[in-house]
Amino acid sequence: MRDEGAPANVDLLPRLSAFAHLLHDAGIEAGPRRLTDAARALNHIELSREADFRAALRTVFVSRKEDIPTFEAAFDIFWAPPDPRVSAGTIPGRSRSLPMAPERARAWSAALGLNASQMNREQEARSVPASSSGYSAEELLRHKDFDEMTWQETEQVRRLLEQAAWRVAERRTRRMRPSRLGSIDLRRSARHAIRSSGELMRLFHRRPRMRRRPLVLICDVSGSMERYSRLLMIFAYAIARREDLEAFVFSTRLTRITRQLRQRDIEKALDSVSKGVHDFSGGTRIGDALADFNRHWARRVLGHGAVVIIISDGWDRGDPAQLTAELIHLRRSAHRLIWLNPLIGSEGYQPLTRGMAAALPYTDDFLAAHNVQALDDLGRLLGGLGRRGSRARV
Amino acid sequence: MRVGAALPPSVSSIDEIEDRLRERRYIGDRALATAIFLGLRLEKPLFIEGEAGVGKTEAAKVMADVLGARLIRLQCYEGIDLAHAVYEWNYPRQLLHIRLLDETADRRLAEREIFSPEFLLRRPLLDAIDNDDPTPPVLLIDEIDRSDEEFEAFLLELLSDFQVSIPEIGTIKAKKPPFVVITSNRTREVHDALKRRCLYHWIDYPNLDKEVEIVRARAPEAADGLAREVAALVQGLRSMDLYKVPGVAETLDWARSLAALGATRIDNSLVDATLGAALKYQEDLERVREKVPDLVAQAKRA
Repeated sequence: MRDEGAPANVDLLPRLSAFAHLLHDAGIEAGPRRLTDAARALNHIELSREADFRAALRTVFVSRKEDIPTFEAAFDIFWAPPDPRVSAGTIPGRSRSLPMAPERARAWSAALGLNASQMNREQEARSVPASSSGYSAEELLRHKDFDEMTWQETEQVRRLLEQAAWRVAERRTRRMRPSRLGSIDLRRSARHAIRSSGELMRLFHRRPRMRRRPLVLICDVSGSMERYSRLLMIFAYAIARREDLEAFVFSTRLTRITRQLRQRDIEKALDSVSKGVHDFSGGTRIGDALADFNRHWARRVLGHGAVVIIISDGWDRGDPAQLTAELIHLRRSAHRLIWLNPLIGSEGYQPLTRGMAAALPYTDDFLAAHNVQALDDLGRLLGGLGRRGSRARV
Repeated sequence: MRVGAALPPSVSSIDEIEDRLRERRYIGDRALATAIFLGLRLEKPLFIEGEAGVGKTEAAKVMADVLGARLIRLQCYEGIDLAHAVYEWNYPRQLLHIRLLDETADRRLAEREIFSPEFLLRRPLLDAIDNDDPTPPVLLIDEIDRSDEEFEAFLLELLSDFQVSIPEIGTIKAKKPPFVVITSNRTREVHDALKRRCLYHWIDYPNLDKEVEIVRARAPEAADGLAREVAALVQGLRSMDLYKVPGVAETLDWARSLAALGATRIDNSLVDATLGAALKYQEDLERVREKVPDLVAQAKRA
């Protein structure tokens, strides 16, 4: 049995620590604990077998599926054998890029002896998403900065939203808690009886613990929704502060922004949302976005009786039949499906757009979202959510 | 502490784990064998994630078999609590016992008696910690994503010191910690703090050759030609746009169903009749039904 403390290869430690640093910069948690585990793990494997070496580091450093591609890219870049041809960009192992700021990437490429211009080119290439559909010709690949939008009352609005009194309604969980009323808690009663020599002196009660329902927000940020985007992101941020919220935005593609919204500072949060979403103000394909949601996210985020809120004006360039089919599926897996439409506020609005007409029969609630008052109304609805059936319609 | 004390002396390398998994007809990849090996060596829990039906639970079962260890399984569900996961006093028995004492009995002695291990209902976690097994057991915490945050927090504590305290008895610490395997279907995100304590492995859908191998190993009643065609069919289905993509468990069910019908090759009508073994949503069934001839032709070419 080899000793744990001394690594098999002493030279490896500084390199391993540099690798952990690279992973950290690429957004993977690689703290001291993991580094120690990695060093220990390498004592037990044959370092000459690349696949084992890779698998050992992966099993230690990665803890979610989404991080696997990042890890693989970092591994390829870092551990690829040094080769003069590298700078020519011909080694497949090194023609990978990592999700990090360009200046960080430049520093790393210098440290690793990579050709800087090659790495930069890759970094730039990354920010242009691969065309995901035939629609990409019309996909407006603009990197929209929130600050450029004018919304005079932003501050005021944010404060109003943060102070809003409503909370999402609760649901019963399967966990019980002691209570004065409710069904008899036999376990506790019996336990008490034993203390008093077997006499059932007192009955204890229990009832289900309540929890707030999770909220899922799916927000349209396409061109036609542009003037509402910033406000709606502030709305999402304000809810994320206090509710269990999963948030997504879409224009031509669906992007999850839950993690970005969790940042403490609102400007930083909004900034990282705008950096993470590449098709702000593009075209709209609601059906595609919901199809993506139903297939890849619904099972993960719709547990525990979630309430789903879609915010869109219903200007859709996709296929209405697809939108209908996806809404039917979505409504079946959600506790309640609410559609917010900012256009409802405007004079004489009728839900006549193709998308809206297709969607209307399948939503539980159809509400306005054009001002703070409307969002407050939504809040009250969320607070009073009981059974299905009592629908709110405009 | 000695490294790898939990490891039977016979398991000395990744190759060996790989071979033993294979002997037990579990076709995994080398990365899984590496993760298991390191889990044993570093004495860290193994966190296995993957879509439903890729063989996560099976991996833990086979592992127990490989090590010659007992498998203790805790199936998680919403609201699972300590009384169901760790221990509970057998109140009816205690009450009965105390009622049957006669007037003269020493009450204090009786009380000590009824709070002895004899009256304890041991649940899986206590069982795994308080073990006298020559080889420590494999503790499978299955589908942790179904439990709630309270339970996760408790597990986090348990996994850090492998001890349980029972007020009436005292603290019970594991002589040899069990080897822990946690599985998740990712129906929700498990807290990072818990994952940080574990080694992580993502089980992906197998490629065609590997899936054929799995069908041959686990559904030997299916003829070779059938095994390959069914695996190819499922591979075709996985590339389609479906609500619920079939897992390996579905491939096996499908191969077994077809074999039970006496099929040695697939054809359009057989596939159409047994599609329900692979697809569980009405919308998916409808979508695939139209394409059965194409899928069958494609599978026969693979």
